[in-house]
Amino acid sequence: MSARKKLSTFFSRYAVVIIFVIITLIAIPPSGLSIKYILQEIITRLGRNSFLVLALLLPIYAGMGLNFGMTLGAMAGQVGLIFAVNYGISNWQGLVFALLVGLPISVLLGYVCGLVMNRAKGREMVTGYILAFFINGIYQFFVMYMLGSVIPMGNKSIVLSRGYGIRNTLNLESVRQSLDNIVMLRVGGFSIPLVTFIVIALLCVFVVWFKKTKLGQDMRAVGQDMAVAEAAGIPVEKTRIVAIIISTVLACAGQIIFLQNMGNLATYNAHDQTGFFAVAAILVGGASVTHASIANVFLGVTLLHAMFVVSPLAGQKLFGSAMIGEYFRQFIGYGVIAISLVLYAWRTRKAAAEARLSLRGAQNGPGKGNGKPAVGNGGQA
Amino acid sequence: MRNFKTFIQDFGWPRIIIFFFLVALFIMAPFVGVRLDASFSDVLNRFGQNAIMVLAMVPMIQSGCGLNFGLALGLVAGLLGATLSLQLELHGMLGFLGAIVLATPFSIIFGWFYAKLLNKVKGEEMTIAMYVGFSFIMFMCIMWLILPYNNPTMVWGYAGKGLRTTISVENYWLKILNNFLAIKIGQFFVFPTGLLLFVALFAFLMWLFLRSKTGTAMTAVGSNPDFARASGVDVDKMRTISVIISTFLGAVGIIVYEQSFGFIQLYTAPSPMVFPAVAAILIGGASINKASMVNVLVGTILFQGLLTMTPSVINSLLQTDMSEVIRIIVSNGMILYALTRKIKVSK
Repeated sequence: MSARKKLSTFFSRYAVVIIFVIITLIAIPPSGLSIKYILQEIITRLGRNSFLVLALLLPIYAGMGLNFGMTLGAMAGQVGLIFAVNYGISNWQGLVFALLVGLPISVLLGYVCGLVMNRAKGREMVTGYILAFFINGIYQFFVMYMLGSVIPMGNKSIVLSRGYGIRNTLNLESVRQSLDNIVMLRVGGFSIPLVTFIVIALLCVFVVWFKKTKLGQDMRAVGQDMAVAEAAGIPVEKTRIVAIIISTVLACAGQIIFLQNMGNLATYNAHDQTGFFAVAAILVGGASVTHASIANVFLGVTLLHAMFVVSPLAGQKLFGSAMIGEYFRQFIGYGVIAISLVLYAWRTRKAAAEARLSLRGAQNGPGKGNGKPAVGNGGQA
Repeated sequence: MRNFKTFIQDFGWPRIIIFFFLVALFIMAPFVGVRLDASFSDVLNRFGQNAIMVLAMVPMIQSGCGLNFGLALGLVAGLLGATLSLQLELHGMLGFLGAIVLATPFSIIFGWFYAKLLNKVKGEEMTIAMYVGFSFIMFMCIMWLILPYNNPTMVWGYAGKGLRTTISVENYWLKILNNFLAIKIGQFFVFPTGLLLFVALFAFLMWLFLRSKTGTAMTAVGSNPDFARASGVDVDKMRTISVIISTFLGAVGIIVYEQSFGFIQLYTAPSPMVFPAVAAILIGGASINKASMVNVLVGTILFQGLLTMTPSVINSLLQTDMSEVIRIIVSNGMILYALTRKIKVSK
C-alpha cells in the first residue's frame, strides 16, 4: 500500500517531466536530426533562455506562484536595447548600456507589479498575466508614439518613415551575440558561449546565496504562510514587493541576453511569449507553483527546447505538414502549463482533505484516506 | 447625497470615466466628419454581435467559478457547429439554426469535461481555465488541418484538404439575423431588429433561469459554498451546470458573431476573442463573483461603443491610429481593476 502510494506520488509529481521525455524521445527519430545537431542547439538555447527562467525562482520562493509579470522586465530590457541602438553603442558595452537604461524602468515596473499583486493575494498568477497585457499597452504607446516625437531619436534608420515610432523589427547588428562571442569555447565540434554561461552561473550563485540571507529566509517564511510570517514580525507586503522587483530586474537582464543572441528585436511583440516560454520551461523541469530549484530550470530548458527543435520536422515527416508540428509544440507548451497547474491544485486539495481525515481520527481509518473518496470529500464534506 | 456617493462607489470610477469618454467621443464625432447615424448603427450592430459571448460570462461568475477565461472551449464548439452546417450545405435560417443545433452536443461535452476539471481545482479556476483554453485552441488547430471536411468553399483549393483560416458564409447564412425585420432609416442607419431580438431572447432566458430553483441554488453556491452545501445544494453539480451553460452560450455567441461578421475564423482566431468578452462584462459593473443582465447590457454597449468610436474619431482627430493601444489599455486595465478590487469588497 505504502509503496504503491509512494510510486503514485512520484508519478504525479514528475508526471510532466516523464511525459516530456517520452514525447521528445519518440519525436527524435522521425525528425531525422543528428544527435550532435540537437545537442548544439540545446547548448545555444540554454545560454539564450536560462537567465530568463531563473528570474522566476524568487517569486516562487515567496509564495507568489509563477511570475507571469516577468514580461514587464522584458519590456524594460527592450526599451534599453532600443536606446543602445539609437545611440550606436555597440558590442558588450551596448548591452551594459541597455541594462543601465532598463534597470530603473524594471525596478519601477517591478514595484508597481508588487503593489498590484499585494492587492490580489491568492490570484497573483492571473493578475500578473493581465498586468503584463496592460503594461504592454503602455509599452506600445511609448514605443509607437512617444519615441521620436516627445523623446528625440538620433538614429533615423530605426524610426518609422512617418517620423516617430520605432520600426517593427530592429536590427541588433551592433550588439549581436556580443556577450556570446567574448569567449566562444570550441570543444569537440561544439561551440559554447563561455561568458554567457559564466553570467548564468553567477546568477545561480546569487540565488543560492540570497536564499541564505535574512531577506531570503523571510521570503521563504512568507511563502509558507503569510499570517504566521506577519505574526513573526516579517513585513510581508514589503518582502513580496522585493521578490517581484528582483524578478523583474532579472527578467530585464534575461531579455537582453536573449535578444543579443537572437540578433534582432521584433519591437512590438518580442515580449509576448517571454513569460509563456519561461513558465513552460520551469514547469517542464519539474517545478510546481510552490517548489522550484535551479536544477528544475536547466532540466526544463533542455527538455522544452529539445522538443521545440525536433517537433516541426517530426510533424513534417509524420503528418506531411510542418504547421502541425508548429501547432503541436504550442499545444504542448500550453498543455504543460495547464497540466502542471491542475496537478498542483489537485494535490493541494488532496493533501488538505487527507489532513482533515487524519484529524477526524480512527473510525474512518487510513483505508479511506487515499485517492478518489478524499477528493470527493473536498467538495462535499 | 449619500445615496449618490454609494452609487458612484458601486458603479466604480473606471466605468464613469469610460462612460464620459464615450459620450465625449459621440459629441466630437460630427465635428471631425464622422457620421453619427452610421456610428450608432455600428455600435448597435457590434453590440448584437458580441452580447451573447458576454452573456456567457454570467453563469460561471454567479456560481463562483470566476471569469470564464476558458470561453474558447465554447467558441470552438460553435466553430465546429458552423463548419458542420456548411459541410452539410445548410442554407438560410436553417443553416444558422442548424449550426447552433450541431454545436450543442459539442458544447455540452466540452463543458462537462471542463467543469469536471474546474471542480477539481477550486480556487485556481481562472489561471487554469486560461491555459486549458489556449492548449485546446492549439489542439483544434491540428484538428482543423486533418478533419475530413471537403466542402470546396471551406478547404484549401490546391491541397483539397485542411480548412481555410477564414471561410465566408456569404452563400449560406450571412446576416441572416441582422436582416430579419431590419429597419432602414436613411442611407446610413440600419436597426438590426432580428439580431437584437435574438440577443434579448437569450438574455431573457438567462434572466428567467437565474430566478428558477436551479438558478437560485447556483447563485447560492457562488455567494457562499459552505452555506449552500449546508442547505443541501450539490455544489459540484451546480458548478457543472453553470460551466455547461457558459460553454453553450459561447458556442451560440460565436455563431451569431459569424453570421453578422460574414466569416468563420478558424485556427488561433478564437483566443483573442475571450478577453474582450471578459473585459466587457467587467466594464458593465460585474465583479468576479456577481453579474447581472444589466452588467451585460451596459458593458457590451460601453466596450463596443469604445471600440467603434475610438478608431474613427481619434484617427480623424490625431491623424494616427491609436485605437489598438486604447483597446489594450482599457480592456486589460478593466480586468486588472476587477481582480484587485474584490479584496476591498470582501473586507
